[in-house]
Amino acid sequence: MDLLLNQQLEDLKKRFDTLEKGTKDQISMVVFSGDLDKLLAAMIIATGAAAYDMKVKLFFTFWGIAALRDPRKHGKGKNLIQSMLGFMHPKGSKQTKLSKMHMGGMGTAMMKGIMKKNNVASLEELIQVGGEMGVEIAICEMSMNLMGFKKEEMIDYPHMTVCGVATFLSDASESKVQLFI
Amino acid sequence: MNTEELTTLTSNKIVDARGTACPGPLLAAKKGIGEINSGEIMEIYSSDEGTKNDIPRWCQKMSHEFLGIIEEPSYSRMFLKKA
Repeated sequence: MDLLLNQQLEDLKKRFDTLEKGTKDQISMVVFSGDLDKLLAAMIIATGAAAYDMKVKLFFTFWGIAALRDPRKHGKGKNLIQSMLGFMHPKGSKQTKLSKMHMGGMGTAMMKGIMKKNNVASLEELIQVGGEMGVEIAICEMSMNLMGFKKEEMIDYPHMTVCGVATFLSDASESKVQLFI
Repeated sequence: MNTEELTTLTSNKIVDARGTACPGPLLAAKKGIGEINSGEIMEIYSSDEGTKNDIPRWCQKMSHEFLGIIEEPSYSRMFLKKA
């Protein structure tokens, strides 16, 4: 009986060790949405987590990537469709819209006005602070190509890489917190 | 610590985050804590109501000692000791 109990205890210890080593104090977020409000939420959580000394990994995919475009930069060697797509998507965080009550730009402009009045940091400021605090941004290469964007038209960000789904999965499986926004 | 005890403290650093909204005060606190040494006292000014809940929790996570809050008419002063 004792032997069996000891064996079970050893087994549990091993499983506990792997669990403990498995998760880091890290947060992984998929930033899928290109809506201003959702991007704001993502960046507020990201900078907040960085203030908590957590490692922060953001995976920008699909519509989210448009917010990382630098309006002053141009991607080279695009075909007609890619150029057209590039033209239709927001060129950078400043052109992103609210998911609700955009009202042809009036709603978004009004919200930005209220944010300024309430001293809420803008999306641009949050991205900059994130960069200073070591928030890592990885861009999904597959969706970047689908959207017709090039890496060279993205903002100058200190911790930016291009990756695939495996990078997200390996980071997410080591994270205590995972979000899809 | 109660208000009287807190008023006798001398802070090594004051972080004035009044006027900023979430996550401003938290980010300011994070920046400020890097500029003081272990055992020193930092004071955070904030006019954001939510910060009063956020800072004690942040201290708990970061193992800093949260000392208490003094309420001023239009803002709060939060005291903490760096771990």
